[in-house]
Amino acid sequence: MNVSVSIAHLNLKNPVMTASGTFGYGEEYSEFVDLNRLGAIIVKGISLKPMEGNPPPRVCETPCGMLNSIGLQNVGLKRFLKEKLPYLKQFDAPVIVNILANTIQGYVHLSKALDDSGVDGIELNVSCPNVKKGGISFGTDKKTLARLISKARQTVKKAVLITKLSPNVSNIPEFSKIAEDSGSDAVSLINTIPGMAIDIETRKPRLANITGGLSGPAIKPVAVRMVWESYNTVKIPIIGIGGIMNAHDAIEFMLAGATAVAIGTANFVNPKATVTIVEGIGEYLRRKNIKDIKEIIGGLNAAQSHHNLNN
Amino acid sequence: MSRYFTAEIINNLPLNNKNVLLTIKPLEPVPDPEPGQFYMLAVSESHDPLLKRPFSFFRKTPEGIQFLYEVKGRGTMMMKDFKSGKVINALGPLGKGYPEPESDSTPLLIAGGIGIASIFPLIEAYSNRVYVFYGARDKAGLLMLNELKKLSDKLNISTDDGSVGKQGTVVDLLTDFLTRHSSLVTRYSLYACGRKSMLEAVSTIALEKGIKGYISAEENMACGVGACLGCAVKVKGIKANPPLPTFTKGGRGGIINSEIIYKMVCKEGPVFPIGEIVW
Repeated sequence: MNVSVSIAHLNLKNPVMTASGTFGYGEEYSEFVDLNRLGAIIVKGISLKPMEGNPPPRVCETPCGMLNSIGLQNVGLKRFLKEKLPYLKQFDAPVIVNILANTIQGYVHLSKALDDSGVDGIELNVSCPNVKKGGISFGTDKKTLARLISKARQTVKKAVLITKLSPNVSNIPEFSKIAEDSGSDAVSLINTIPGMAIDIETRKPRLANITGGLSGPAIKPVAVRMVWESYNTVKIPIIGIGGIMNAHDAIEFMLAGATAVAIGTANFVNPKATVTIVEGIGEYLRRKNIKDIKEIIGGLNAAQSHHNLNN
Repeated sequence: MSRYFTAEIINNLPLNNKNVLLTIKPLEPVPDPEPGQFYMLAVSESHDPLLKRPFSFFRKTPEGIQFLYEVKGRGTMMMKDFKSGKVINALGPLGKGYPEPESDSTPLLIAGGIGIASIFPLIEAYSNRVYVFYGARDKAGLLMLNELKKLSDKLNISTDDGSVGKQGTVVDLLTDFLTRHSSLVTRYSLYACGRKSMLEAVSTIALEKGIKGYISAEENMACGVGACLGCAVKVKGIKANPPLPTFTKGGRGGIINSEIIYKMVCKEGPVFPIGEIVW
């Protein structure tokens, strides 16, 4: 049975990655997960300078999900390269670094430094809903997005270049197409969905930032739909993200067209979620007698969609 | 030994209509908790509610690990219906607990309401040396009084409505005590857990009087292991590579460049030295 997949020239031993911002810099979960068993590790978003993040409260639970407004607190490029990357490089799992900047030049600078440092992938975060500058403002404007990706493309020589898109657009395939046309090797779909919650007793917002990003099982159907729509539009691989809690959910994303998946909020619920999902995918393939996982990518049988409505 | 484990509910005993004593027995070998550390307990196998709930470790008994909790929200409402024999997922012990008091110090332990859960292991460990100050809104809010009386003969109680102990807050009790024993302040160390306003008041008193101490903080939490960066609290930071202290006339000079940074309650806390958190 073959469970390996490729994102452009990057080979993954299995399709299960960690979603940026939910797995720290790897070390935080090394006590619970053998990092060698992961398809890839996508680390917390990195900016040029360290960022202190947003005031608390930064998280709150919502039905089948949670809102966060962390605000990209991170150690910055310099400390990442010096303190975090050497640790991650010990493991037999590709390291993909999520990056965020205020300017296109900033993205270019980060891409160059990280590509030179030998990371396996760079994920352009153009979809963070929790920072005032950068983030989602780049990912929801078509011209800016095209220019940003093209510039990063000219810079990145070795690492695979991934664009993490925001669900906060009316037509996701258009944005996936822009990513493809601008030279992105893959797209990650989706980042959190902007949302908010209010404490009716105090009339205060549940997050100090008032709005935040919704994640968890609550967003999964939206994410699966966006993966499916993009799969029908672009040829580059799609990394499916959004409320994946178990192998069932991961396979659902792959059937919708994802080549790989990233596990986010599930890590908070079960620190061993990633490896449990790797094992569960193997069991599914065995049960279905599928020799190569690539067979299930985009394997949705749309003609049968009127069956099993209640499953 | 893993800090992520399954545990059986041994007992889930209501103490009154609001508070419950939960005993869980890990079904695999687990590390021992230190006073002030906490666990995250799963309240549901479904995705709703999604996240585990953090609870201070209250006591370790031959039967298992005990927690005291207040039925307050949706998660604890579901927990109160846990039946013996049920198996849940748990994560812990987590975070940094209370540092051991110096051998020649007299610890003053201050607990507000359900905060007694976090303070209790200190009372157990140092019962012959500690003064305990325990306050709640009313009689129903005071938990485990019999056990506390057995452990400590220096137990000071207050309730907001005066139904038990002195009428007032636990901060009033502490203030009175320190006024009466003002010559001994250098021997004291403070350990406090309770709601934010209480911790802030205790910190102010400690800083004014120059008493060292620790408080246990609380914040909304998701992962419990320092990964999601959700449970941030504002603290006074020291810039990296501060200049070496220089000694000037009149005592220790030296420049420490303070700035405000965030620390995570789950990993760098929940216990913080008094004076570190910016309220």
